[in-house]
Amino acid sequence: MDTLTSSGIKGFREWIKKANKSIGDFTGIFVDRAKDMDREIKGFIEIDKKSIVSRAEQNKCQTDGRLWGIPIGIKDNICIEGELTTCASRILQGFRPPYNATVIEKLTSNGAVLFARANMDEFAFGSSCETSCYGPTKNPHDLSRIPGGSSGGSVAIVASGQVAAALGSDTGGSIRQPASMCGVVGLKPTYGRVSRYGLIAFASSLDQIGPITRNVTDSAEMLEIIAGYDEKDSTSVNIEVPKYVNALKKDINGMTIGVPKEYFIDGIEKDVLENIQAAIKTLKSMGAKIVDVSLPHTKYAVSCYYIIAPAEASSNLARYDGVHYGYRSKNAADLVEMYTASRTEGFGQESKRRILLGTYSLSSGYYDAYYLKAQKVRTKISDDFKKVFSVCDCVVTPTSPTTAFKIGERMDDPLQMYLSDIFTISANMAGIPAISVPCGKDKKGLPVGIQFMAKPFAEETLFNVAYAFEQGV
Amino acid sequence: MKSERSNDNGAITEDVVRYVAKLSRLSFSDEDVAKYKKQIGEILGYITQLNEVDTADTQPTSHVLPSMKNVFREDLVKTSLSPDKALSNAPDKQGDFFRVPRVI
Amino acid sequence: MSYRDKYETVIGLEVHVQLNTKTKVFCGCSNLFGAGPNTQVCPVCLGMPGVLPVLNKQALALSIKIALALGCDIQKNMKFDRKNYYYPDLPKNYQISQYDMPLAFKGCIDIELEDGSAKRIGVTRAHMEEDAGKLMHDTGGVYSLVDLNRTGTPLLEIVSEPDIRTPQEAHSYLTVLKQIIKYLGASDCNMEEGSLRCDANISVRLRGEKKLGTKVEIKNMNSFKAVKDALTHEEDRQMDLLEDGEKIMMETRLWDDKKGVTASMRAKEESHDYRYFPEPDLVPFEISHDLMEDIRLSLPELPDKKFERFMNVYKLDKKDIEVIILEREVADFYEDVVKGFNDAQNVANWVKGEVMMHMNERGVDIAGLKLAPADLASLVKMAKEGALSYLVAKEVLRECIDTGKKPESIVAEKGLRQVSDQGEIEKIVDQVIAANPKSVEDLKAGKENAISFLVGQVMKMSKGKANPRMANEILRSKLVG
Ligand SMILES: [Mg+2]
Ligand SMILES: [Zn+2]
Repeated sequence: MDTLTSSGIKGFREWIKKANKSIGDFTGIFVDRAKDMDREIKGFIEIDKKSIVSRAEQNKCQTDGRLWGIPIGIKDNICIEGELTTCASRILQGFRPPYNATVIEKLTSNGAVLFARANMDEFAFGSSCETSCYGPTKNPHDLSRIPGGSSGGSVAIVASGQVAAALGSDTGGSIRQPASMCGVVGLKPTYGRVSRYGLIAFASSLDQIGPITRNVTDSAEMLEIIAGYDEKDSTSVNIEVPKYVNALKKDINGMTIGVPKEYFIDGIEKDVLENIQAAIKTLKSMGAKIVDVSLPHTKYAVSCYYIIAPAEASSNLARYDGVHYGYRSKNAADLVEMYTASRTEGFGQESKRRILLGTYSLSSGYYDAYYLKAQKVRTKISDDFKKVFSVCDCVVTPTSPTTAFKIGERMDDPLQMYLSDIFTISANMAGIPAISVPCGKDKKGLPVGIQFMAKPFAEETLFNVAYAFEQGV
Repeated sequence: MKSERSNDNGAITEDVVRYVAKLSRLSFSDEDVAKYKKQIGEILGYITQLNEVDTADTQPTSHVLPSMKNVFREDLVKTSLSPDKALSNAPDKQGDFFRVPRVI
Repeated sequence: MSYRDKYETVIGLEVHVQLNTKTKVFCGCSNLFGAGPNTQVCPVCLGMPGVLPVLNKQALALSIKIALALGCDIQKNMKFDRKNYYYPDLPKNYQISQYDMPLAFKGCIDIELEDGSAKRIGVTRAHMEEDAGKLMHDTGGVYSLVDLNRTGTPLLEIVSEPDIRTPQEAHSYLTVLKQIIKYLGASDCNMEEGSLRCDANISVRLRGEKKLGTKVEIKNMNSFKAVKDALTHEEDRQMDLLEDGEKIMMETRLWDDKKGVTASMRAKEESHDYRYFPEPDLVPFEISHDLMEDIRLSLPELPDKKFERFMNVYKLDKKDIEVIILEREVADFYEDVVKGFNDAQNVANWVKGEVMMHMNERGVDIAGLKLAPADLASLVKMAKEGALSYLVAKEVLRECIDTGKKPESIVAEKGLRQVSDQGEIEKIVDQVIAANPKSVEDLKAGKENAISFLVGQVMKMSKGKANPRMANEILRSKLVG
């Protein structure tokens, strides 16, 4: 059984073939196994065996479906028809969407078995998976540490091998940063590459769904399945989906890789820095041309992000008011009281902080100074990348300045917490694809991640370099 | 109003926190207001670094890809939800209506 | 001279029209009026988590149509914005609307003043947005009920310049606006059903004063007459206050149609801070020159142009034209009838008289009468040429509308054709002379009114079919000589 833990989709596929059991039976086995493995990690909010098994049995997809029978974890912010979907928030308590996210339709039609309710920071507001109303998820490499966030649950269940792969969402690094901290592969696709329909919005202009996998091959396969134009999402782009698995080549000879100096600054842990520098040497030894580049507006990315993302979030989260779904406070006599009590009781601290911040930056008299200014600086950040990608195929950076920190360590220092996304936010600001790949461990034995970024819709370049790097290490 | 609300280093007053809370339909104890004032003030203080960037000739980005424009749907009727399904998550209902405490 | 003459009233109107699309503006739910509560809703218009809007192409096309008809400039690069506020008829607690880059701006509407002169009222802007749902407050005052069928209905909001000076001008503005939009088929503009809604801003100031007075917003007017009444009342109220040396409060007041007064809506506890920002879920729209020209070419002839043409081609009276072209469909009908029988004035008389009477009687529009223009043409022709008496022709029209039969077959079946045969009428005249010796004597004695009695008797005996002019002539020739 435990070859399953490390070999991703391929391992599960082979196990299923050998087992010669019905889909209901082997899904039941996978569920029991996950429940057992998750006891301490708490990557799942809950595992509803009956529902997972009956959904698997009812799926009409034939056994030749690309993901037939493969257990895929789903972050608690991606809607599955009839399943609890709550963004790990009390305010969405009991919410069962009467519709599927487009990515869910795609996974299901390829035969995947959905393991719903991977834990997350409430509404994806966080970098540590500690703001979930269901309590924190733990890093499988060290249970006293955070798994990263916000897709901490999705990452932890892949890192511990409970599922073959998982879906997360990435608004400022929420796939890549935890992937890096748990030693798995996390991809944020180009904005518009994957439909957002059914992804419960955090910041609409930044959010993307992406795969979290054990290896680069699985990442390519997952993206090939979930990507594509969706008429339900005005921001999904109508460009044909390439055969990403064909891009998995070991050869990066002649590829130009930029090293942006702004990503090698004070505050990076020494071990992280050394691992990344060693990795760059490896890439060079494989024939890549390494060039120094500059992304001068990098240091403003966090500021831009903490204006734009909370502003959009404050509006996206206005709908949680106790009228049509979710939590309603009983402590209210009139409508305004009901709104206020439901929201005050329903949202956690971090959500409230971001709603306040976002409302403030949009409120009258402040729009130009904050939101508009941030959107202009956002243009500068994008322009930096455009320039760099005219001279190189991709850039390489650390994914996160540190490895996983201790649970509780940064909870009362929001600014410090926000700065842990410093290397991942720019890709969301510019809408470009980025991937985090495992890059050794630090002296404490905690995983380090390396990030590659490329120009819009150049996911094939990322898969190529990431695969070569993965195979070469 | 403006001068009361913020000063140059981004710090905001407790009244502003209360005003914004009210706009957001949230309510806080005095203690929370003080805490949020401090935390948001720190974040806004950090954010003032954006003033260093000259954006006089820069267009704002609200959509990151220039190719994104003119996305429509045809005017074709799709099946709606049944009222049962539409109201299946409602915290309170009466017949086929959502029900809320009275609006005053 | 009244003290009121010292003052000048300044009015601006905000009109919301619901667009005649099949589906809502951002989802595929049906847009039909009058369905059961919450039967035309889906995850998108319910504002459920994770759903996304996609713009209805037809809603944009109709909006551009209206904007062009109002002479507006069209924004080349248009975007949508979110307007954030909490209300239970707005499930997302933000309305997708347009803030700083509306679809259209700088248009105008020409109205006619009471003295017959023309006045141009500016249209500041027109922008697209989604409608909210409906709230009902009648369950014992404890609860309100929410129906979201109307949520997401496409609206075009048309904002006028503060160019309107009297309640009558406001009424005329609305009348012309409605006529234009109905000509385009872009909206029903039915105020009772809410497919046209109007709020007004009104202030008064001393004549000659440059600065505007404090403006008051008036809501809750459910007909054009109510708009006029409310503005008349409000103008009086404000002038009286100023005359008494009091100040006008900037506020929103609700019109109470039964009591005929405006009353202050309880002052809102918070200022409007809508926190507009660009809607990230919708992409920008580039309205190409070609698209705009295609729509411009598809515009029908508008009322002002039609009026001119009717003057030139049909040489009708101004008042007649106004009545006939009030609705585009009636005007089209009129022209089709004239094609069948080229007597513009005669057809005009029939259309504004009998035809409109039947529309009113039956409460239907011209299409609802199911009257073929060719049928009316042949009826008018028969009456004009004396084949039918006017009275009979009116009866044939009624039956024609009631049964859908052709007028010719009604006339043939019932033998209603007017008798103009000299011999046949002579026979009847002889019978009438024989039966009415007293009247015959009177006529011979020079009592002229006896002739009309005798003609009447001929008509009666012929069941209305005798040509009355011939009956008159034959009687005279026989009796007076
Ligand atoms: Mg409006
Ligand atoms: Zn709908």
